[in-house]
Amino acid sequence: MLSPAIDVATGPGWLENPYQPHLARIVRIYRMVPDNWVFTLRFLDEEIGRNFRQQPGTFVMLSIPGAGEAPISISSSPTRPGTLELCVRRVGRVTDALYRLQSNDLVGVRGPYGNGFPVEVMHGNDLLLVAGGLGMAPLRSLLWYALDRREHFGQVTLMYGAKNPASMLFREELVSLVDRTDINCLLTVDSDPGGTWKNHVGLLPKLFDRARIDPRTTYAAVCGPPIVYKFVLERLLPLGFSKDRILMSLERRMKCGVGKCGHCSIGYKYTCLHGPIFTYWDAINLPEMV
Amino acid sequence: MKILKLPKEQLDFFASVLQQFGEVHAPVRTRAGYSFRALERWSEACLDYDRTVLPPKKYFLPPRETMLTYRRPDGYVAGSEGLNQKLVLFGVHACDIFALNLLDKVFAEGVFPDPYYRTRRRNVAVIGIDCEPDEHCFCPSMRADFVERGFDLFFYDIGDHYLVMVGTALGDDMVLATGPLFTPVADADIVEYKRRSALKKTKYQLEVDLRDLPEIFELEYGSEIWEELGRTCLACGNCSTSCPTCYCYDVQDQVELGSTEGPRVRTADTCLYSQHAAVAGGENFRHSQASRIKFYYYHKQRGFVMEHGRPGCVGCGRCIVHCPVGIHVVDVINRLRGVRDAVASH
Repeated sequence: MLSPAIDVATGPGWLENPYQPHLARIVRIYRMVPDNWVFTLRFLDEEIGRNFRQQPGTFVMLSIPGAGEAPISISSSPTRPGTLELCVRRVGRVTDALYRLQSNDLVGVRGPYGNGFPVEVMHGNDLLLVAGGLGMAPLRSLLWYALDRREHFGQVTLMYGAKNPASMLFREELVSLVDRTDINCLLTVDSDPGGTWKNHVGLLPKLFDRARIDPRTTYAAVCGPPIVYKFVLERLLPLGFSKDRILMSLERRMKCGVGKCGHCSIGYKYTCLHGPIFTYWDAINLPEMV
Repeated sequence: MKILKLPKEQLDFFASVLQQFGEVHAPVRTRAGYSFRALERWSEACLDYDRTVLPPKKYFLPPRETMLTYRRPDGYVAGSEGLNQKLVLFGVHACDIFALNLLDKVFAEGVFPDPYYRTRRRNVAVIGIDCEPDEHCFCPSMRADFVERGFDLFFYDIGDHYLVMVGTALGDDMVLATGPLFTPVADADIVEYKRRSALKKTKYQLEVDLRDLPEIFELEYGSEIWEELGRTCLACGNCSTSCPTCYCYDVQDQVELGSTEGPRVRTADTCLYSQHAAVAGGENFRHSQASRIKFYYYHKQRGFVMEHGRPGCVGCGRCIVHCPVGIHVVDVINRLRGVRDAVASH
């Protein structure tokens, strides 16, 4: 029998169940990019919505009735509570089922999970966000957190590269930031087949030529496919970035989100508990990391 | 700790008293080997067994369990099947109790305790029994040959009697429910207990050295041994299924045709299966069998140490017994260490 000494049960024999999804309604579907839509959700139970305290960079486990559960990063900022915005790539069974739903349909949500970006530690520093392709989805929460809490940060720079304008996530919103003076918003595309793109054309690392970054006062947050980490690190490290000032958001298979099922384990860390945000120092020291 | 003794000929009477504390399960000899199961009569119990095929973790993390059921309009409703059944496991070896204590670190403690596991853990009493090591046991190397906690009662054979350690108030209730059956230990009993304890220590045939083993794993991350094991391993998962500390699981929603209602079921899983680290979209972070079997050992002998201060292995020997191609954990570790022909020398 489990010894009562480690038993801190709160209810009549049944603790809060961390696997319990809470019902949420789809209040908006923004068909942003083919196979990358943004779903805005609101919890049916207002109290759950009020108590939902995410940090930028955390994720939820999203349940689609009959299809299953999948980890999805939160794209909205905690500074804009009330609803959750999930930028979901159509890529598997669960997300496929989600794409068949309509506004007003119900889904299940539990979380938030993961460590998120250490924003309290980052306060008072410059911020460099570097996103490639779909990597913008988890970084958007940090972007809006920084813009809404602008006084907490020094210089804020965003570098985002996509294949072409049509595949750029949150394109209209980000283009509207280009003229703002409180952020250096650098957007680039590998190619511009339509010829209408008014921002940069070229590979993401080239944007480093357009920004002045002080590695001693900057936290860099990087997210993208493996090739982005490779080329971005090749720019960050020569600048003299300390390895624990480079933060990365990682993706792994997950079945629980709460450090039990074992799927997201890397070395001795669980992506769901100790991540999904890792420093570059962690990345070097954990095998199979990137 | 309260320590008493029980005359061996009174064991069946004690077992009958135990039924008031829950359905009594004990190791039973089956065609496939020993198995913990509900007893129809006490004479079925085999207390001098070597090891059960499946460890007692099956009572706490069932190989298949309904966690929730989706129903309109209620949403996801938590399952509670079998959670509140009171059981008494009689005859659990020290290594298996040690393994339960390790599973507690993952499932009962920490930030997100698992209510299914914890409820079962609260409803299942554990009565340990001392054992006779065989050629597959290396629990002393893993410091899991003795447990101070995690049992309600623990029985040690001292000849005509069992010396009984009382671990919990529930265990004490079991003792008291028998009336005057249990009596204080005498000096001669203590001498006999210590004699048998010392003798047992000499009977182990396998040994691994835990000192700096995580660092050895780190140094040998690129070892050719992993490629060789990857070619040998059939990915059958026997080692993991029978491991008392393996706990990975998979989750699937099951639906009836034409409906969105149905149960969310978790089933035992293993990192040796090819899809364990595969994500939607086709990426697989452990794409080769070599990388998967390396992860299997790495998590137990290095990852678990970093997280919980000791290996996620208790030296029970099941993975050795059940591997169809003869992969031997002690051999793997000793080869990584550079200790040649470790197993052959025994």
